[in-house]
Amino acid sequence: MTAPTATAHHHEERLWWHFFTFSTDHKVIGIQYLVTSFLFYFIGGSLAGVIRTELATPASDVVSPELYNQLFTVHATVMIFLWIVPAGAAFGNYLIPLMIGAKDMAFPVLNAIAFWLIPPGGILLMSSFLVGAPQAGWTSYPPLSLLTGKPGEFIWILSLLMLGTSSILGAINFMVTIWKMRIPRMDIHSMPLFCWAMIATSALILLSTPVLAGALILLAFDLMAGTSFFNPAGGGDPIVYQHMFWFYSHPAVYIMILPFFGALSEILPVHARKPIFGYRAIAYSSLIISFLGLIVWAHHMFTSGVPGWLRMFFMITTMIIAVPTGIKIFGWLGTLWGGKISFTTPMLFGMGLISAFLIGGLTGVMVASVPFDIHVHDTYFIVAHLHYVLFGGSVLGIFAATYHWFPKMTGRMYNEFWGRVHFALTFIGLNLTFMPMHELGLLGMNRRVAMYDPQFQNLNLLCSFGTLLLAISTFPFVINMVWSWLKGPQAANNPWGGLTLEWQTSSPPSIENFDELPVMTSGPYDYGLGGKKADFSFLKPKQRVMAASAEK
Amino acid sequence: MTLKFASTAIFYSYPFYSLISNLLLKQTLNPVNIPSNILTLVAGILLTAVSLWYGQNHGLLPVQASEQAAQVDGLFNMMMTIATGLFIIVQGCLIFVAIKYRRRAGDNSDGSPNNGNIPLEIFWTAIPAAIVLMISIYSFEVYTQMGGLDPMASMGHKTPSQVLAQGGESTGMNMEGMVAMDAQRGSIALGLGATPANENKPPAVLIKVLGLQYAWTFTYPETGIVSGELHLPIGEDAQLDIAAQDVLHAFWLPEFRIKQDAIPGRETELRFTPNRLGEYPVICAELCGAYHGVMVTKLYVETPEQYQSWIEAQQVAQAAEPRTPQQVAVDVSKLSSNQYLQPYAQELGITPEMLQHMDHHQHHDQ
Ligand SMILES: [Cu+2]
Ligand SMILES: [Cu+2]
Repeated sequence: MTAPTATAHHHEERLWWHFFTFSTDHKVIGIQYLVTSFLFYFIGGSLAGVIRTELATPASDVVSPELYNQLFTVHATVMIFLWIVPAGAAFGNYLIPLMIGAKDMAFPVLNAIAFWLIPPGGILLMSSFLVGAPQAGWTSYPPLSLLTGKPGEFIWILSLLMLGTSSILGAINFMVTIWKMRIPRMDIHSMPLFCWAMIATSALILLSTPVLAGALILLAFDLMAGTSFFNPAGGGDPIVYQHMFWFYSHPAVYIMILPFFGALSEILPVHARKPIFGYRAIAYSSLIISFLGLIVWAHHMFTSGVPGWLRMFFMITTMIIAVPTGIKIFGWLGTLWGGKISFTTPMLFGMGLISAFLIGGLTGVMVASVPFDIHVHDTYFIVAHLHYVLFGGSVLGIFAATYHWFPKMTGRMYNEFWGRVHFALTFIGLNLTFMPMHELGLLGMNRRVAMYDPQFQNLNLLCSFGTLLLAISTFPFVINMVWSWLKGPQAANNPWGGLTLEWQTSSPPSIENFDELPVMTSGPYDYGLGGKKADFSFLKPKQRVMAASAEK
Repeated sequence: MTLKFASTAIFYSYPFYSLISNLLLKQTLNPVNIPSNILTLVAGILLTAVSLWYGQNHGLLPVQASEQAAQVDGLFNMMMTIATGLFIIVQGCLIFVAIKYRRRAGDNSDGSPNNGNIPLEIFWTAIPAAIVLMISIYSFEVYTQMGGLDPMASMGHKTPSQVLAQGGESTGMNMEGMVAMDAQRGSIALGLGATPANENKPPAVLIKVLGLQYAWTFTYPETGIVSGELHLPIGEDAQLDIAAQDVLHAFWLPEFRIKQDAIPGRETELRFTPNRLGEYPVICAELCGAYHGVMVTKLYVETPEQYQSWIEAQQVAQAAEPRTPQQVAVDVSKLSSNQYLQPYAQELGITPEMLQHMDHHQHHDQ
């Protein structure tokens, strides 16, 4: 490994204000995405805090029922379109060129445009609170969405169209970059699994997002021009909207989870010092999930206007997705098996992901079963299921990835102790918040309600208490990140001893990523194979720092 | 339910496949010594026992008030059994590796170079595939038994009684603004139809259900009764034809494990036979506006005598003053929150004073 010489890029250093400009550097854009999406995570989380405060008691006594509906509508929209989806794009942007040894993304300007659509889209959405935010749920089913507050609903549509466009532009870039810009020696079977995951994600975005855009534009016509595409009062069909909406929004689940499955496949081998178990199975299972993800959408409509035979068809396709998902989970367990596991914060979040996502996966098979889903559809059982997938899966994945690549992105080391505290609080908070919701739904509590049967109060209190823990858990995280970024000890170029290419350059990487074209001296996961081993300064924070100063 | 037994039996060759998998692991994954096969077998049997026990005793579901509820619960219990087994295996593995394969202080070496094992990978692809196949077949069977694939329901041919009922055009269907309201428009009716035993038979009781913001109303076409509560005689095959006046609603009976959206412009149906006397909540499960949470009413399952006397009393009361569903529906948005929690309160024996107390700090009531 060649140590970067200080003089080589001294005059073109990244300055703080570059992060507020229309930069075309994928690393700047990646961090812009990540910080922006974290800001929206805190907004969406605050909304959830108000929601859980309201639900601590059966009566509607904190906010008005109208405002309550606005809160959960915007909460879901923010968490999906402004938090998890852009966070996936953040890591895609930051990591893909580094992992494949490229200098930048294929279309840097398009990349910057994609990012700069997000802040205005997000601000627009939040501004809807000034005129009455949308209150028909993030699914925005007509006719309700046509009848509750036109301005808020219209703003919601516009905002989603902007965010959807951003997502499509990003996906084109990921696809082309991975396909065309790998260093010559890297064939598709020696590229990091994160790249495979981003190919699968991008394919889904490109195939499904235009359908959502179509549905939203037709909905906007119904809303503003009085057409009747979906409005039954004029002969329209609200079920058609549901089909179009879910044709995007089921794949959206995989758009939100696959990037972090990919990240997990990077993180586990490094911190367990073990090759990934079943590289090809994990790589191709992403593609299979993404293909199957396109033909399961009507499982969200088992109690809606879907005939029996179609319900059976979508039940079977949905069930099959459990197979490639299982391959991943078992592959990760196989990776840990026989390793030398260091309980670093990324590893803790990674193992937490497997544990929590498993629950979402198991309930996912249950709700795929039509007779059972008829009972639990639109209840708190579904709320529990989806949060185990999106919080237990995606959000824990985002945290794992953030900690894992923090030294690379900032050139500094985070504080391990507070990272572990953050993990413990998050993991306990997540289970306290969402586990009791399974029981609530089974017993008869429907979702999206501001007032509920008093017999459910105790379980709801437990959920609200869990949410409080989750709120508290963000403090050690934010303080750790901000303080470490500014004042943390300097990180080594390769603090974890990783074998993928991003660890072969300086931390943070120079503007052109690599001072000389990187060479693949081993496969991405050749741990324990006696090939080239990276340095072992990953062992103790002290040594990480020492290794860093040795490199200077 | 031979199918149920078969599927449970297949799954619970568990101890044996955990034995096989452990043998595989021993050969391929694990250079270190592993527990003996006997120990594995014991662990497998224990795992099976715990899963089977929890699958039957989770206590997570409300009482069963129809045959369909029992079928759905049987399916859920089977899935819960399997889920419990898989949960214990995966979480157990995580804990096991965390302890056994933790990096010891001072150990700077890499772990084992094992990067895959084709037979093992085939094995853990095949097992989940078999499990979901089994669950699919079982679910299909239950769905058929529930009447989900009744050709009359799913092909949209109306039975004579239904056509008759519509000829009599109930008050429930006569509202303005529902230009698109035409039950025959779609070529397929949606929801749960007759169970295989009742196929081609008209239902014993037919009721028109109308959902509107924020109430359910029930019209009995034979007698012209319009009510805000649903009364059904026990043991009789009842069919609900469900419509919506304004937005989507969903008609949910948790104790019967059945639910169907009410869709403006389409008619949907739920057909079932109550088999337990009592009072059950009727809940709207599809977001329908600000007061969605209080779109709740009651279903009373009564003896034939009680049912008959209710019908007669209603006929007398409504003969003088016929009602429309819109008149029956209470506008909950005008109620204070202790009033709209009322339907729950009765069921729980909570007095209005207690609710008053609960609402003590409430300010937003207009
Ligand atoms: Cu879905
Ligand atoms: Cu409702």
